Amino acid sequence: MTALIVTLGFVVLAVVLGLRARRGKDMNLDQWAVAGRGFGGLFVFLLMAGEIYTTFTFLGAPGWAYGKGAPALYIICYGAVAYLVSYWLLPAVWRFATRNNLHSQADFFVAKFDSPGLGVLVTLVGVIALVPYLVLQLRGLGLIMSEASYGHVSYPVAVVIGTSVLALYVTVSGVHGSAWTAVVKDGVVLVVVLALGIYLPWHYFGGVAPMFRAVNAARPGFLTLPSTGMSPSWFVSTVLLSALGFYMWPHPFSASYTARDERVFRRNAIVLPAYQLILLFVFFVGFAAVLVVPGLKGSDGDLSLLRITTATFDPWFVGVVGGAGVLTALVPGSLILTTAATMLAKNIYKLARPTASDASISLAAKLLVPLLALVALYLTFDGGGTIVSLLLVGYSIVTQLFPALLLSLSRRALVTRSGAVCGIVAGVAVVAVLTLSGLTLAGIAPWLPRSVTDLNVGVVALVVNLVVLVVVTLLTRRRGVLRSGATDAVSTS
Amino acid sequence: RLRYLIAGVPVAGILGGPFVANRTEPYVLGLPFILFWFVAWVVLTSVAMAAVYRLDPKNREPGD
Repeated sequence: MTALIVTLGFVVLAVVLGLRARRGKDMNLDQWAVAGRGFGGLFVFLLMAGEIYTTFTFLGAPGWAYGKGAPALYIICYGAVAYLVSYWLLPAVWRFATRNNLHSQADFFVAKFDSPGLGVLVTLVGVIALVPYLVLQLRGLGLIMSEASYGHVSYPVAVVIGTSVLALYVTVSGVHGSAWTAVVKDGVVLVVVLALGIYLPWHYFGGVAPMFRAVNAARPGFLTLPSTGMSPSWFVSTVLLSALGFYMWPHPFSASYTARDERVFRRNAIVLPAYQLILLFVFFVGFAAVLVVPGLKGSDGDLSLLRITTATFDPWFVGVVGGAGVLTALVPGSLILTTAATMLAKNIYKLARPTASDASISLAAKLLVPLLALVALYLTFDGGGTIVSLLLVGYSIVTQLFPALLLSLSRRALVTRSGAVCGIVAGVAVVAVLTLSGLTLAGIAPWLPRSVTDLNVGVVALVVNLVVLVVVTLLTRRRGVLRSGATDAVSTS
Repeated sequence: RLRYLIAGVPVAGILGGPFVANRTEPYVLGLPFILFWFVAWVVLTSVAMAAVYRLDPKNREPGD
């Protein structure tokens, strides 16, 4: 019961912070979605770092270390590459968004290519990727809360509580609520992860080195990449794909609009790679659990951190871990809800009702929050394997926006509207076909060398995307010149 | 070009890791070699970006 009280204390704290965040502000769309573009370094840092600590921190990351070993290390690698890319990418995005008063990722594509239709496509791609991500956060929240309360709160009740809290403070405070909750979340998670990652290897093995030696002795080859499957070529392609897709997720993309100064991103690019090394301590917990709580099969491996925690610590500390876990669901969950609602309101509702005022778009976005939360709640309980499949391809799907975005940032017009649309559609189609049919590169082309067939399928889709984008751009430019002397709409910088 | 070159070094280190450091021995700072390799290059990414930041004229204005 002590653990439950402590965990619920964190939930109450999140609600209070989330609701207080709106004080003194007129919550129009500009404030609700992008904080009036007034966030300084700390808030932008925490919103960007929000993607480091999600429920994946307490479930997936230690679960991967527990179940797969060395391949889990890709998680700390892709973040570093993504933050490095952000040094050049985010200031360019921010400048264009600020100049054109944009609120969503889809707005960016609409303004770049003068194409509301492309905005609809980007919104659909974004929401299709975001909803499973939100469902994952809610499922994670339910698991963490029920495990950390020793079953006093059942999984369904925990999910309903979490979703209600989320919908309430997002509707009221928007991105301001996310930012203030992120302050508490990062502080608490930092303390919890460091405490677990340092104490558990020392307590059970006498240190980090003895732990790794014991794991290596018990599971030879577990701490190196295998020669097939999750091989070095899989590792490199997955790091690259995840790094390029990192800021293509609509919520970190539009979170960049909240900054008041582009230098914020360049300073963050220095600190964030080292900051995300905190995840190393999560891996320590997962590796320790291999020998301390053996026998967790399949997806039960995701519970390794919670199981070793409940087996080792007093209930009050288990409650703190549970509270930290709940916060890791609420912050990214709130950003996802804000972003998805803003995109649907601005890029689909506004298109259906062109005369809609800014006030009615803002109202539509806020009304969409509980609706999206209900959809996510339904899918959390009734989504089955489809959600997991969709989530696995989420990164591959959002990464398909990268070629068109990157080429649109050039001062010269390098890509036409048709090229961008066809490239995105082709890339998403390849991802969908390969994933839903269960096809792999090895199945399609078994004669290819193993180093090629192990590549992440998202990379294949990205190559197809780029080829289609280039070919269609060349064709539509030429056709435009032949027909009327005007080219197809090209991106504007 | 120098800034791109500096930023490219840690990327090459990270992406080259699976091919040149895929082993546990020797343990460095208590970590298996492959893990130490990635941790070192992630730290060097921050160092490299600090150097890029210092070299970038955009980060230098009167009255700012």
